[in-house]
Amino acid sequence: MTVDDRFRQDYQDTVRDRPPGVRNEIITGPVSDWATDFSHAEPEWAADPYPIQDELRSRCPIARTERFGGGWLPTRYEDVASIAYDTERFSSRAIIMSNFRPPKEAAPVGGSPPISSDPPFHHHARKLLLPAFTKSAVTQREEATRAFCHRLIDALEGKEVVDAARDYAQHIPMRVIADMLGFPPEDGPRFRVFIENLLEGINLPPEERTARVESLYDYLLDQIRDHVERPRDDLTTYLVDAELGGQKLHPSHVAGTMALLLIAGIDTTWSAIGASLWHLARTPADRERLVADPGLLPTAMEEFLRAYAPVTMARLVREDMRWQGVDMKADDWILLSFPAANRDPAQFDRAGEVVIDREVNRHAAFGLGIHRCVGSHLARMELRVALEVWLERFPVFGLADPAAVTWATGQVRGPRTLPLRIG
Amino acid sequence: MKVKIDSERCHGHGRCYDLAPGLFTDDDEGYGQVAGDGSVPPESERAARLAVANCPERAIEIL
Repeated sequence: MTVDDRFRQDYQDTVRDRPPGVRNEIITGPVSDWATDFSHAEPEWAADPYPIQDELRSRCPIARTERFGGGWLPTRYEDVASIAYDTERFSSRAIIMSNFRPPKEAAPVGGSPPISSDPPFHHHARKLLLPAFTKSAVTQREEATRAFCHRLIDALEGKEVVDAARDYAQHIPMRVIADMLGFPPEDGPRFRVFIENLLEGINLPPEERTARVESLYDYLLDQIRDHVERPRDDLTTYLVDAELGGQKLHPSHVAGTMALLLIAGIDTTWSAIGASLWHLARTPADRERLVADPGLLPTAMEEFLRAYAPVTMARLVREDMRWQGVDMKADDWILLSFPAANRDPAQFDRAGEVVIDREVNRHAAFGLGIHRCVGSHLARMELRVALEVWLERFPVFGLADPAAVTWATGQVRGPRTLPLRIG
Repeated sequence: MKVKIDSERCHGHGRCYDLAPGLFTDDDEGYGQVAGDGSVPPESERAARLAVANCPERAIEIL
């Protein structure tokens, strides 16, 4: 048996020979006009992006910014869907709108396949992951997830005010994905730091941003090496052993996919659970209805996903072109807002209202087209179980201090502080 | 009534087999598949319509 020495090098050595990407000037501070200067990294956007999106949709509908080296924000469902389906003209080579564009040579693989990949490579990288994330596969984790949710609630019982984001929502996806990847469950607090660095630190100075990304990859390489030495029945060993076209995966593919599963597996679901509880805390009629009729929860949950879709993606424009009346340049960003699409009145009746028994709900919370969230079945299981257990154990709750609620900035939006009064 | 999935459009959201498990199943990659020959018994017509109304890719057709 030959020794698997793919993972001996440090992350910096693995990526040293790659062509450099392009950095642009970092522009921060209050937005002057959302139609010409939008930014998803400012506190106003984090606090409440929906009125901004609604106004842009009726007025623009594709907003522009010179920040982040230039980009566009479509706000109509139709435009968001067209871009998601058009992988020829819009590349996924970068999916976090920041001040750095990876080199063109990074396509079609990108840094974290398959989310960062374009066809035809995308199909093969995605196919590797799909079987582990089917509904049948994730159903096997439901019982353990439910037991874990109950343990989290056990620890909160007796308190009058609890932080549902910090003490409940965040821990559920952290534990589930740590189990799937085979990472130590006690590393949860480190995952939170990685997430904040990657998704919320987009306007940090480049050296600092690079150092923080490296700390994530150092951690992942430690986990990979540990799995090379002691293979286990988990996703890390699966990726270490996986092959594409008869070849083992490149080490940066293994680490990049693990980074994706870790980051995208946590803050998204954490946000969805938190936003749903936030809604129920401030809408007693919906809370009481779900407590009385738990069978409505799967339908209500889809409405929470529509109205508070946590995830916004990004694309890069491939070539200069005129698109829906605007002049796009190669390497302009597209901020692909599924939340804005989900509140388009041209697509949804009563788009701005939360209707927990909505019957027709073709929302795009998990994306559209070939990049449909690979973890959507897992996320739905976690969200449903988290809400079922919460409503069973704490049927009566409300916002303890509405002004104390804080929301994550950037492309994944959900409550990060959510003080709820129990009983 | 019969149901049909356009496999070119299906990306495995799974709304059909969530909402109408008797009419649809998932394959081993999570893509939706029509169970049997796609015939919809009268008591499942509502479930079939719900699946159509909730497929984000508009991949399901009622024939």
